[in-house]
Amino acid sequence: MAKTRKGVEVSIAIAEAVRQADVDVVAAYPITPQTHIVEHLSELVADGELDAEFVPVDSEHSAMSVCCGSAAVGARTFTSTSAQGLALMSEIYFIAAAMRLPMVMALANRSLSSPLSIWNDHSDIMMVRDAGWICIFVENGQETYDNILCAFRMAENPEVMLPVAVNLDGFILTHMIEPILYEDDDLVRSYLPWKPMKNALHPDRPVSMGCFGMPEIYTEAQMNREMGVRNSYPHILDAWEEWGRLTGRHYRPVETYRCEDAEYCIVTMGSYGETAMEVVDMLREEGEKVGVIKIRLWRPFPLEEFRKAALGRKCLIVMDRAITFGGNQGGPVATELRSALYGMDGAPSIVNYVAGLAGRDVSRKDFRNIILEGKAKAAKGEVDGFTLYGLRG
Amino acid sequence: MAKTSISSPKHVEREEFFAPGHRACQGCAEVLAVRLVLKALGKDTIVAMATGCMEIISSPLPITSWRVPWIHNAFENAAAVISGCESGMKALMRKGKIPAKKINFVGMGGDGATADIGMGPLSGALERGHDMIYVCYDNEAYMNTGIQRSSCTPYGASTTTSPAGKKSIGQHTQKKNMVEIAAAHGIPYVATACPSFPFDLMEKVKKASETAGPAYIHILSVCPTGWRINPSEAIKYGRLAVNSCVFPLYEVDHGKYRLTYKPSDKKLIPVSEYLKGQGRFRHLTDSDIETIQAATMKAYERLLRLSEQE
Repeated sequence: MAKTRKGVEVSIAIAEAVRQADVDVVAAYPITPQTHIVEHLSELVADGELDAEFVPVDSEHSAMSVCCGSAAVGARTFTSTSAQGLALMSEIYFIAAAMRLPMVMALANRSLSSPLSIWNDHSDIMMVRDAGWICIFVENGQETYDNILCAFRMAENPEVMLPVAVNLDGFILTHMIEPILYEDDDLVRSYLPWKPMKNALHPDRPVSMGCFGMPEIYTEAQMNREMGVRNSYPHILDAWEEWGRLTGRHYRPVETYRCEDAEYCIVTMGSYGETAMEVVDMLREEGEKVGVIKIRLWRPFPLEEFRKAALGRKCLIVMDRAITFGGNQGGPVATELRSALYGMDGAPSIVNYVAGLAGRDVSRKDFRNIILEGKAKAAKGEVDGFTLYGLRG
Repeated sequence: MAKTSISSPKHVEREEFFAPGHRACQGCAEVLAVRLVLKALGKDTIVAMATGCMEIISSPLPITSWRVPWIHNAFENAAAVISGCESGMKALMRKGKIPAKKINFVGMGGDGATADIGMGPLSGALERGHDMIYVCYDNEAYMNTGIQRSSCTPYGASTTTSPAGKKSIGQHTQKKNMVEIAAAHGIPYVATACPSFPFDLMEKVKKASETAGPAYIHILSVCPTGWRINPSEAIKYGRLAVNSCVFPLYEVDHGKYRLTYKPSDKKLIPVSEYLKGQGRFRHLTDSDIETIQAATMKAYERLLRLSEQE
């Protein structure tokens, strides 16, 4: 495919990105709202447009297991899931990162049951926050397409060797038809050359993977894992920089919008970012000194970049799409950001809103309410815990 | 039917692919089975192994007993992992990313990993038709965690979670028939084996390796620790299991049943010969043993009938 702009569903754009990445193995199990991605991939395989093994597994647990086997022999590997699927594969999700098996997952974020819900929030990814995957959030179709490709480059970098989850809001993004600028196949091939993986399973060079660790070695293995994730950071930046050089579209771990002189900022992850920017434009016209801070890279957490964006503001209004039940301190994002700023000079106060659970719409009007109410709360010092926005009854 | 190619020690691969110095219990027939399976497969083999005795005893970091590429991932997913290895290699070779080569893709697990927790992934992998072999090492309980019952624990056996007591015979259910379950998938090759009959075992593994598509081999692996017998008697008890027809050696080759070993009248023994002496069965009464004898012969006669069908 030559460089083209097309109006397509974001799920289809993901599948096209995976085709352009020339993956070797796709293993997936159907779950809403991820299905369109793998349906289209199976079509691409059936039509011979993608030369890959499409493994229609018996469960998500097996999907992640097949991906581990495939990545272990050095094949380029892709999967996709949501919510209960992620919960079922979570055992192996952790092992994939611990065994340093590179693969890419499109995670169509969806609420965890119960009650059963197929709609969007971030409870699924937060459940596996500490697994050691590189974790990226995107906010529109173009970002999704771009970051699926960047993710392969990050994952397979011999200095990284980690699985990467690209988080996109289920339905809100997966089922949205947007204009997508597809890059030329050749450009993608040059960005993602396939190289044999060092230490891949092969009879010519027998290695043992996934060995048993006694207490004498487990601690060191965990530190090794921590350093692996931490040290991936500059290589993640490199992957984005190279993509930016080739396409003109640039990505940073923390992105800001109209923050130059902002006294307070709304902090978002994922598709919230688009609405937040519109509302900030409106509020700016009314004279509010407000900006948007967007966390694009969730793991490894970009501590320095976030602090740089946050310090010196009066307050941050942090949007969460999941609850840390019984944590009593806010949603997972706010809890983490409070910790990142604790005790620092010039640290803003943090007001936390949990909203948009199970896809409940958070409109521009809602954002406006949240920002203005949050600002007022901060001024009054009401900064503990969180507010579940729009709670009825 | 293929001719037997391994009929004496001189036919056996001399190279060892499973190194000595592992941490298996004395008299472990399961690790012997692993060694024989690898000898039959040769060096061009990739193994995915489930969590369990064989994984623990062979891979304590930083050492390994494996001289073929080996991966352990989790308890229930060896079949899924090896199907991923096979899929990955198939794509890499087809696309010319790596040189083409015949490789044996082998999943291995114990009876718990196979018949209980890993049944779904195994069934999925067999159904999808990967070119792989799955080997179940059946020692008839969760030995690694301390002799708890599995669905492959035989009727009447006392384990730590099916203890014989005043009101219980111990395991009160029938052993799950994994061989028939595997065969019901319509896969090209299914067989039973026992390391007490090493040539038969290796022959079947070779056959599985030469068969395109999925193959399943169920190996009775005597566990002196769990069966409460003397470590020096593991091989003997494997023979007794086969000669009493408790564990018949047979194959289902493209749907065709064949007993690969029929105990002669001279060798055929009652099940009591197999049961007595095993601590796990010592509480059984004569009437219990009669029940087991009848069930054993009924199952064996069914196999005889099936293997006589053309």
